[in-house]
Amino acid sequence: MRGVFDIVGPVMIGPSSSHTAGAVRLGLIAGKILGERAVKAEINLHGSFAQTYRGHGTDKALIAGIMGFSPDDERIRDALQLAAHQGLDYSFQPVHIENAHPNTAVIYLIGITGRVARVRGASIGGGNIMITNIDGYDVELTGQYPALITIHRDRPGVITQVTSILSKYEINVAFMRVSRQSRGEAAMMILETDDVLAEDVLEECRQVYEVENAFSIPAI
Amino acid sequence: MINFNTMAELIQLADEKKLSVHDIVLAREMHTSQRTREALWQEMQRNWQVMKESVERGIVNEEHSLSGLTGGDAKKIYEAREKGYTGAAVMAAAAYAVGIAEVNAVMGRIVACPTAGSCGIVPAAIFAAAQRNKNTDDEIIGALFTASGIGMVIEQNASIAGAAGGCQAECGSAAGMAAGALVELAGGTPRQVGEAVALAIKNLLGLVCDPVAGLVEVPCVKRNGFAAVHSMVAADMVLAGVKSFIPVDEVIEAMDRIGRAIPKSLRETSEAGLAVTKTAKAVEKKIYG
Repeated sequence: MRGVFDIVGPVMIGPSSSHTAGAVRLGLIAGKILGERAVKAEINLHGSFAQTYRGHGTDKALIAGIMGFSPDDERIRDALQLAAHQGLDYSFQPVHIENAHPNTAVIYLIGITGRVARVRGASIGGGNIMITNIDGYDVELTGQYPALITIHRDRPGVITQVTSILSKYEINVAFMRVSRQSRGEAAMMILETDDVLAEDVLEECRQVYEVENAFSIPAI
Repeated sequence: MINFNTMAELIQLADEKKLSVHDIVLAREMHTSQRTREALWQEMQRNWQVMKESVERGIVNEEHSLSGLTGGDAKKIYEAREKGYTGAAVMAAAAYAVGIAEVNAVMGRIVACPTAGSCGIVPAAIFAAAQRNKNTDDEIIGALFTASGIGMVIEQNASIAGAAGGCQAECGSAAGMAAGALVELAGGTPRQVGEAVALAIKNLLGLVCDPVAGLVEVPCVKRNGFAAVHSMVAADMVLAGVKSFIPVDEVIEAMDRIGRAIPKSLRETSEAGLAVTKTAKAVEKKIYG
């Protein structure tokens, strides 16, 4: 059974928990993965998102999230004008993605220093989301917990080294998933934790030889 | 630890411990979330604050939604509340609920309760009841925990999503939550809370989700008004001594079975019902081209 505030709550901007509040959270997490201010957003929308995004303000919600607004921020309705004002160039394209959840968005972002991120996720009901792909890696990320993400070389012992760092800082891992492009090549690990991840934890993870980058996403 | 999965268990716990329904809901939540009673109470107070703001904005709002389908009706209903057959309390409750749903439709701030599509029902009914009973803020917050506990049981044993169970799962659940809360606000017993949930849900069984152009507007906005009033009548009947012939948990089971039997075309897909009427199709074409 879920909690009290899953029933009376959340506080949100309407009109739809899945098409508006969930869309803000998809945008938020994509923005956090990019890790810097976005200057360009190319967004593909599938299924019900593609059909009804204007009427539900899904476009405004996604852009608001990318700019870092929370799902209860009253500026969401003006997000497209605010984006233009901030120099965030955006476009929306209805697409068909085979076997995708009806409320799926693929968000491609370019940041102010040229960093890029491609995030695919779905709004799965009641404002809840599931991120299913980050930069080509299959993942399962809900945004309900703080998450540590590492990009590393697929070698024995990397997982142990990273989890022992978490253990040292007394950080409990709630869920974990490892994904790789092919054996021995680049891989991604996502650890959803019960505790907030401080910068010194991330820095120590980056010191692991095979780890190319480690970053965190707060619970959203 | 205190736990419940059905209305019968929730009511029995309240009876045994001589507590109110909301005390049991709070005790469970304190355990599962590992938060203090005070922290939970404060979060619910913040939700009530947002609900009140949406009521106040709703009854003066004249703005129309993005699609142009809804807007300004709550103000009309509120201004006419002294006239008409039903009386000021009923008309005001209808106006509050329609108003909150209109605020939702113009991308205003609301509290999903249990969903955004049904967000007007519980706060409107409670706001109207509290005005009449002169309930304290603490009594109102308590009633919101009771409403939440009812919604948790419904979600556990049926559904609160229109896409899964039709509108009975959204507006029906909200009416059940509101009816139970209203009984508590009037000083009713935990058993009477359960009876009111049963009556309110029973009379909305089978309600389908067929929104015009896929938007949370037609028939949703005005239906929020009807369902708020519906919950008041259910509470009044129970306080007058009426009982549900079918026990509340069996009503919720029936709701689950009916939800599964409702065709997909009438579960938020806009492939049937009101959504495919001539007028709806014309409007859809106008909005999406």
